[in-house]
Order: sequence, then structure tokens, then C-alpha cells
Amino acid sequence: MFEKILIANRGEIAARIIRTCRKLGVQTVAVYSEADKDGAFVRMADESYLLGPAKVSESYMNSTKILTIARESKVDAIHPGYGFLSENASFAKKCEQEGLTFIGPSWQAIESMGSKIKARKMMENAGIPVIPGSNTPLTTAEDAALAADRIGYPVMLKASAGGGGIGMAEVYNEQELKKVFSSNSKRASLLFGDGTMFIEKKIVNARHIEIQLLADSHGNAVHLFDRECSIQRRHQKIIEEAPSPFISESTRQRMGRAAVKAAETINYQNAGTIEFLVDHKENFYFLEMNTRLQVEHPVTEEITGIDIVEQQLKIANGERIEYDQESLFITGHSIEARIYAEDPVSFYPSPGQITRWELPEGIGIRHETAIEKNSKVTPFYDPMLAKLVVSGSSRSEAIQLLNDALEDYRVEGIKTNIPMLKKVINHEKFIEGTTLTSFIEDHYLPMLSK
Amino acid sequence: MTEIKANMAGSVWKITVKEGERISTGQDIVILESMKMEIPIASEASGQVIKLSVSEGDFVNEGDVLATIE
Repeated sequence: MFEKILIANRGEIAARIIRTCRKLGVQTVAVYSEADKDGAFVRMADESYLLGPAKVSESYMNSTKILTIARESKVDAIHPGYGFLSENASFAKKCEQEGLTFIGPSWQAIESMGSKIKARKMMENAGIPVIPGSNTPLTTAEDAALAADRIGYPVMLKASAGGGGIGMAEVYNEQELKKVFSSNSKRASLLFGDGTMFIEKKIVNARHIEIQLLADSHGNAVHLFDRECSIQRRHQKIIEEAPSPFISESTRQRMGRAAVKAAETINYQNAGTIEFLVDHKENFYFLEMNTRLQVEHPVTEEITGIDIVEQQLKIANGERIEYDQESLFITGHSIEARIYAEDPVSFYPSPGQITRWELPEGIGIRHETAIEKNSKVTPFYDPMLAKLVVSGSSRSEAIQLLNDALEDYRVEGIKTNIPMLKKVINHEKFIEGTTLTSFIEDHYLPMLSK
Repeated sequence: MTEIKANMAGSVWKITVKEGERISTGQDIVILESMKMEIPIASEASGQVIKLSVSEGDFVNEGDVLATIE
């Protein structure tokens, strides 16, 4: 195993990775920005180094500085967490050139899945169902309109280099398409350095269901079943659960096999996730591949008993996966609720000084957070404060546990989305397990105006 | 005279008006960026922008004056 690794991330995920490293006897190096100098993850690590000012380009995205610290602190490997440099092929390549192990897939795999157009093509060639769409880059509104005509409205306009819902728009007719094309393309080129767009048919009544994968450097690949992530706002997930309450066992198996095939097609190594859209007839379509650890990985850990971060380290170290598909099974049900520093009505961020922070404890309750009693929530990074993960023997038990835990969750000083989470999990559609990706627009927002 | 203030801490991502420009109520004057989200700040009054108190890239706290309208 590695002796020492650097964690090129912050907050809860840095703390999460450090925990597994401690279990494996691996030493950790934390890097942090000035805004995070009092962060719990900085103290948890064996060594910590200041990156620079709060701005991400001068701290968590500053690959030169991170690599300098990695060299000077003599680490064997770098874990990128999620976000920041985790899906940056050139950073992964630089690690390789420096003789450092990047805990993740090869830079070639990151690159091939980073271009959403390229990824669609590769999956289609491998026989994996993709959403009907344009397989050529669209650079003008006119080209986009022609493609949309061929596919049929409504369509989703997306940035090829995009992610996290940025640059994405749902479009119902040519007029709308022409109106949003240039602004979305401009935003994509500003944020991702590439304004190339593509179009996919809008799948109506869709669910977002994804498959967790593990693949090693010896040609072995397994899936760790599915996660249902349909509850989203602004195309960002809020509540995730495993397994999905919607799909049948045979669909689960088919999706799992398709995901493993996708991994094999691109010679993928390490942990990864294939996101699918699933329609009401259980047809599933490739949406994208996340070539990194996902925020919602704990629900899969809860139902499989597998520490995914541990597997990432072992795979990166050249070890074989200890499991074959037949030895893996689902036990119980797990739900994750993301606790955000935001207004539960406007969804606007709410940075500030936390004055009270008391989290419920008990069997089946797990917290992933780096927030403490006197933490200050700065406006520089993602608004996620914590993840509340519950598990029970059944889905209804898990929902009850989540409801009780949210009732006992005490955060003061800033606004959080806890009131929203409570409303969502008590909604009949959620209890039935029949939620779609449009749940917030269809059911939550109307509740507020009543 | 109306002072337009920031309703949350963040950095000034874009300024969408110029000093001297005539604007109407509800028009965006500044776009703040906070916690990876862009928040447009609209003017509560119509009139002339007599002063812009911030520049793009500046960090502002909740309550800081962004612009003055007369």
C-alpha cells in the first residue's frame, strides 16, 4: 500500500478520504486555501500545507502548486476527491509525468469521457443505448436548429465540455433554441474553455439512475448496483438512495451489465459511475460517465458493505478487486440527504457564521461533514455543509429514520435546506418511490405557493 | 437617491450597467457569485446610475453598497 498520499480537495470529502487512509495506515497530506485554514480536514491530516488565497484558481485548482507540495512532502499518490481537479485529464497526465499515482482512471479515460459528444459516440459503438441526439459538435444556432428539427422537440441543449448542469437548457421550439444557444455557448466557453454544444432529445417522465463501478488494472470489472438520484434542483442532486425503488431486478441486472461493458470499452480503471436516464417503461439511456468518486457514494457503501475509497486506493496501487459479481449483493436500503447552506425557498446560497451545530446520533445514522460548532461558511465554494446518510432494513425504515434525524438536526446562524428536505421525504410521491427528475418543479415548488 | 446593496456575501462576477446610464426598476445591475451560483442583483429604483461602488472581481459582504441610483 502507499505510504503517504496527498488529498487535493477540501471539506467533507477530504475528511472522508483521510478516515479510510487512517484505517489502512496510509499517511495523509492536506492542502488548503486561506479561507479553509481552520477546517477540520486540515487538522485531521498528518501534514498540511497552505495553497494560497480562497479563489479556486489560486488554491484547489492550482495544479502547479499542488504538484510542488506533493513533490516536497514526498507523497506516493494524489487523491483528487470530486470536483476541482478530479476530472482534469491534464492534471492526471502531469501526475503521471511526475511519477505520482493519480488515484483515479488514466488521463486518456478521463479525456474520452470529458467530451460528452465523444463519450456518446463511444457508448453507441459499444452497443449501449444513448439518448437520440446530435453526434457532431454544434457551433452555431442554425446547426443546432437543424439537429433539433431532425430529433424533434423538446430537446436538451448541453455543453460538450460541461458538467454540473452548467450551460444546460431545456428547449421547446426553434425560437427558444436560437435565443439560448449563444448565451449558453458563451457561458460554456467561459467556464470550460470550450463553447461546443450538442443536443439530446428530452426524455419525458425520466428518472436519474446510475451504476457504481469498480475496475482494476488486471482486466476485472464489477458493478456495485444502482443509485436513484432523481430528486434534483438546478440539475444538482439533493437526495440519493440505493437501491432504486423503481427498477425491476432484471432491469438492474441489464443496467449493471451495460455499465460494466462501458467500463471495459474504454479500458477504465478505478471507481467510476455511469449515469443513465430511465423512462417509465424502464428503457435506459447513457447520460454520462463520471470518472471519479461521486458525492453520493456512501449509499452504495451502506448497502454493499464495501469502502469505495479503500477500493480506489487498492486499485490505484495495482491490486486486484477482491470481489466477483456473484459475491456481491444488496443488504437493506440507504438514503443520503445533502444539507446545503441555502434558502429553502429561493435556493439562494446562505454563507455565514454557524452558531449551533448539533447532529443526531444513532444506529443507522452516518454523517459526512467537515463542519464544526464554530465553523464559518464562506461564499467561495460549494454550499454543501454535510451529508446525512441513513440505512435501514427496508426503504420505509430508512425514510422514517431520515425523517427523525432531520427533525433532530440543529443548525443555526445560517439558512439550510432542511425544511425542504423534510417536505420532500414526506411527500406521497417520494414515499411511493415514484419520483421523477422533475419532482421539485412538479411537487415541491407548488407546495410553497399554497 | 437609492443605494443598491448586496443581499449576500460573494464576489462581483459582472457589472451590467455603466455610470451615467439610465436604468429602470427591476433591471440587473450587478451579478454576484456566491457558492458557485450567480445571483443577479436588480435595481429597486429607476433613474440614473450616479455611482458604481464596486469593480468586477471585488469581494463584497452582505449589506455593502454596490451602486447608487438617482
